[in-house]
Amino acid sequence: MRGFLVALSLLIGFGATAAETPKRGGVLTFLIPADGGPSLDGHKEGTYAVLHAMAPFYSTLVRVNPDNPTSTTDFVCDLCTGMPVPTDNGLTFTFKIRQGVKFHDGTPLDARDVSASWRRIVFPQPGVASARRNNFLMVDKIEDPDATTVIFRLKFPTLSFFPALADPWNFIYSHRILEKDQHYFERNVLGSGPFKFDKYEIGQSVTGVRNPDYYHPGQPYLDGFHAIFAPKQQTRVDAIRADRAAMEFRSMSPSARDQLVKELGDKVTVQESDWNCGNVLTPNHKRKPFDDVRVRKALYLAIDQWRGAEALSKIAIIRTVGGIVYPGSPLAATRDELTKLPGFSPDIEKSRAEARRLLKEAGAEGLSFEMLNRNVDQPYVIVGTWLVDEFRKIGVTVTQKIIPTGPWLEAMRAGDFSVALEANCQNIVNPIADTGRYLPHEHYSDNFAYHDDPKQVEIYNKMVREIDPAKARVLMREYEKQVLEVGAHQQPVTWWYRILPIRSYVKGWKITSSHYLNQDLANIWLDK
Amino acid sequence: MSTTTADPDALDLRPPAWSRAVRFCQRQPLGSFGLVLVVIVAITGIFAELLAPYNPTANDFSSMTEAPSLAHLLGTDQFGRDLMSRIIFGARTALIVGLSSAFVGGLLGLVLGVGSAYFGGTIDLLLQRVFDVVMAFPLIIMALAIVSIFGTGVHNVIIAITIPLIPRCARVVRSAALVIREVPYVDAARACGYGHVRIIMRHMSPNVMAPFLIMVTAFVGQAILAEASLSYLGLGVQEPVPAWGLMLQGGAEEYASTAPWIAIFPGVAIMLSVLGINLFGDALRDTLDPKLRDR
Amino acid sequence: MLQYVLKRVLLTIPTLIGAAALVFLLMRLIPGDICLVRLGGGGASFDPKALASCHTEIGVDRPVIVQFLEFMWGAVRLDFGTSMWSGKPVIVEIAARLPISLEIAIMATVVAVALAIPLGTISALKQGTWLDVAVRVFAIGGIATPSFWLGIVSVLLVLDLTNWIGGKPWMPPIDYVPLWQDPIHNLSMAMLPALTVGYRYAAVTMRMTRSTMLEVMKEDYIRTARAKGLINKLIINRHALKNALLPIVTLIGIEFAFLIGGLVVTEQVFNLNGVGRLFVQAVQNQDYTLTQALVMLTVTVFVFTNLAVDLLYAWLDPRIRFN
Repeated sequence: MRGFLVALSLLIGFGATAAETPKRGGVLTFLIPADGGPSLDGHKEGTYAVLHAMAPFYSTLVRVNPDNPTSTTDFVCDLCTGMPVPTDNGLTFTFKIRQGVKFHDGTPLDARDVSASWRRIVFPQPGVASARRNNFLMVDKIEDPDATTVIFRLKFPTLSFFPALADPWNFIYSHRILEKDQHYFERNVLGSGPFKFDKYEIGQSVTGVRNPDYYHPGQPYLDGFHAIFAPKQQTRVDAIRADRAAMEFRSMSPSARDQLVKELGDKVTVQESDWNCGNVLTPNHKRKPFDDVRVRKALYLAIDQWRGAEALSKIAIIRTVGGIVYPGSPLAATRDELTKLPGFSPDIEKSRAEARRLLKEAGAEGLSFEMLNRNVDQPYVIVGTWLVDEFRKIGVTVTQKIIPTGPWLEAMRAGDFSVALEANCQNIVNPIADTGRYLPHEHYSDNFAYHDDPKQVEIYNKMVREIDPAKARVLMREYEKQVLEVGAHQQPVTWWYRILPIRSYVKGWKITSSHYLNQDLANIWLDK
Repeated sequence: MSTTTADPDALDLRPPAWSRAVRFCQRQPLGSFGLVLVVIVAITGIFAELLAPYNPTANDFSSMTEAPSLAHLLGTDQFGRDLMSRIIFGARTALIVGLSSAFVGGLLGLVLGVGSAYFGGTIDLLLQRVFDVVMAFPLIIMALAIVSIFGTGVHNVIIAITIPLIPRCARVVRSAALVIREVPYVDAARACGYGHVRIIMRHMSPNVMAPFLIMVTAFVGQAILAEASLSYLGLGVQEPVPAWGLMLQGGAEEYASTAPWIAIFPGVAIMLSVLGINLFGDALRDTLDPKLRDR
Repeated sequence: MLQYVLKRVLLTIPTLIGAAALVFLLMRLIPGDICLVRLGGGGASFDPKALASCHTEIGVDRPVIVQFLEFMWGAVRLDFGTSMWSGKPVIVEIAARLPISLEIAIMATVVAVALAIPLGTISALKQGTWLDVAVRVFAIGGIATPSFWLGIVSVLLVLDLTNWIGGKPWMPPIDYVPLWQDPIHNLSMAMLPALTVGYRYAAVTMRMTRSTMLEVMKEDYIRTARAKGLINKLIINRHALKNALLPIVTLIGIEFAFLIGGLVVTEQVFNLNGVGRLFVQAVQNQDYTLTQALVMLTVTVFVFTNLAVDLLYAWLDPRIRFN
């Protein structure tokens, strides 16, 4: 029954994407599955609570193609006029900036605004926080020789630069305001995007109205949007059911989808996609016995990823088994490549026998430990609960220490844990940059395995500088093998899966591989 | 039970225990019903291993969210775990959380309350202010701090629930004890040179037993509910430990309309046991409270 | 009397200072801080320099004692600074949430009083009858039901019921509009939470009404009144209820004070942007300034309600103030 429903909803999903002539007008009410966000500054913040509310107000230099957003390689211009071909052996990227674009206050937008915004992201002044500055370590200089040209000069050529440019957080701010006040955008909104800021009801909702001067012809189709913060999933399910809101943009659980499809029939359309987020099991290499590669491997071998992912996809926002690379990317391991790695074999009995043997050999039989986890149900707690029972099957006793976000992050940063269940969640699919998180702590401060592996670092550095995609793929396999098999440093445990039940009158929007992408709402229209 | 036949030579003039029990049942039908519920929960919790048909924490992906059937009398949850087994083991968690919070909170409250009343003066004044602070302080911060620092084990949840109970009990006990402090026999005990501890424990505490017992009974129910509320906020007992509040939090919301049994049965378990405790507590109050006894 | 009042007012000061110190200490004992939650909460990596600059910006890198003194000095002047999360003044953050919480608290009180006083009185007068049993079970039911559970079920029931009757599911609005702007929107949002909160509230009050009524009915003057042949209704209205009212009013006052900021779970269930939900957010985000202000708000309301109750009792019963 459930399978049938899913099949049905997917079918409906495809039907909705057929080309139709967009209608103009109407206000889209959607839900943001969070409490009100912190500041309004996209350069500084990292939570979707900010992005979902703010992205419709801003333009970016380049973006994922809103008409083909699931592609991991299709990037198009937003403020530029054509995608540049790198010159100077891949070191120089020259962008021509669209003319006649205006900020919502009527002042014109030109190359100086683009370069000032980008300099704020890549080379922030002291006292200015730029959350994703690390993604742009390859950038040497940003120049604006004239009002329509912006040039990025790199220190070394790399495949990871272009996807990083399309990062949705890179809002373009007015350079006139930035010159006066670098913190203006933390509390104020002034962009050039499809919607103009109307009001922010503290902690409750954000409203925007159509920008009549928007530069993409015909867009936006909506008269405006109303975004309501609603952290509890049941509220959101009820709200969509009663049509108090049309959709949300993060993800609902499979049961929520099934319930809405059952109750609303064809009044709801479901869009689903693999998600550039996944859980990662991280043993602390500084703690005994997890300093022993055999013990770590035994833990990974105990997990039946294939059957587990299939079963859990009915109750959690997870679905696809994968290695360290987002499963939809050309750089990801194929199923054949994957099943050769430890912990990914379909023959679970053999794996578990091997796990028991390794534990015995390492003198760690009857191991018991506490697994650090985050108090977020979907999917952390569910995955954690599944893993506890998997470890039981090789005689390892595990309890969960499930704590709120702050203490959870702090425990990992302080190395105060034995094994942690963490998540790897990125926006643009940029495998070469994304897999940097598996590097040892001293090379990548957010790696909490606290391991050391010079060979791994060496392979990574080679891969970052490789601009031939085929060669990069070979290096990625080598890197993955080093992380998962030779070192068994950490283990990815299932990738997440986005499920969006949407009121069927919402048209034009397509799901992406990340809840951060394709959020400017310019192409959405209502068929009412 | 089988030795209730009265010995004809015994000079105990009190009616035998069973007849007092029968009288309690006749006078307090609601209270007896409550007691029956409480006893059922207690037996379930104590003999969980014998009663539960399945391992309460073992996942079974071949039977996820199954409706009640002969194999699973109350159905299964989203992990395919048998709900009946989880509710049976949950009774044990409820007992542990409810009883230990109530008794530890009550006992500390008793000692502090009687002590505060007995010593009076500066100690009383200081303790009163501490009680004020703890009573006025929001439980959630205390709970979050405890959980964040020590993690979410059952014992930490008990600590979080117990702390706010202490001053509430101490307050009531103190005012009851203040009256007794002035009673001549306490003065007499003091004149005899008995130590403070002895006077507090032997002479004062027994006399505040009625309000104390009523209070502690009510605490058991409150603690079970508090555990449920903390679980709802993600600060309670954690998976895969079988606990009613946790079962409501994880399953109730998500499956309330697609698999209602996941939500209904733990909710019913909480309601019935808290109902039972309160009914029993009311009857106890009517029986113990001298003001109401003559009615 | 004046001396007593003065003494009681002065005694609230150590309580407030104690609460301030406790919240300050507890918040800082929780590992991690707001900057981590902000930058790392999404699961993506972030720049360590951004973390350092965040720490400087909100001032948590200064010595703890400086932060404490600043907080205490601010509290004295009723200035709690700006929220570390949003950067807005704490007063603005709280003011935005107060109307809905107050509205629910008032409506719940109305529901509670309307249910509790008649039902509690009847239950006491008809002690031991089936009516008494029914009322008591109804009351204990209110105490035994987890409030979030009641909330979730009531929304589902409304959805299913409206769907069944009108073919179109309806639920209360999820965004707040002030009463004077759109009374229908406002009231339909507040109704259900007020009822679910009111039920528990009524249950507690009902039990109190019943037991105080029972006690008062035994007092000599009531017996005298009955002996004098006054009709029952008059006795109840003129004598019994009036004297039983004081503890009931006290309970209502204390419960009401608790509801301001105590609707933590209910506001989550109904997506109400109130003080209780703000509390959970502030605590979970580890927003020190906002949490401190909210704790001081709830503690102050609690302390002063208790003070008012104490003074009321002292005024009515001279023995207390000379004790």
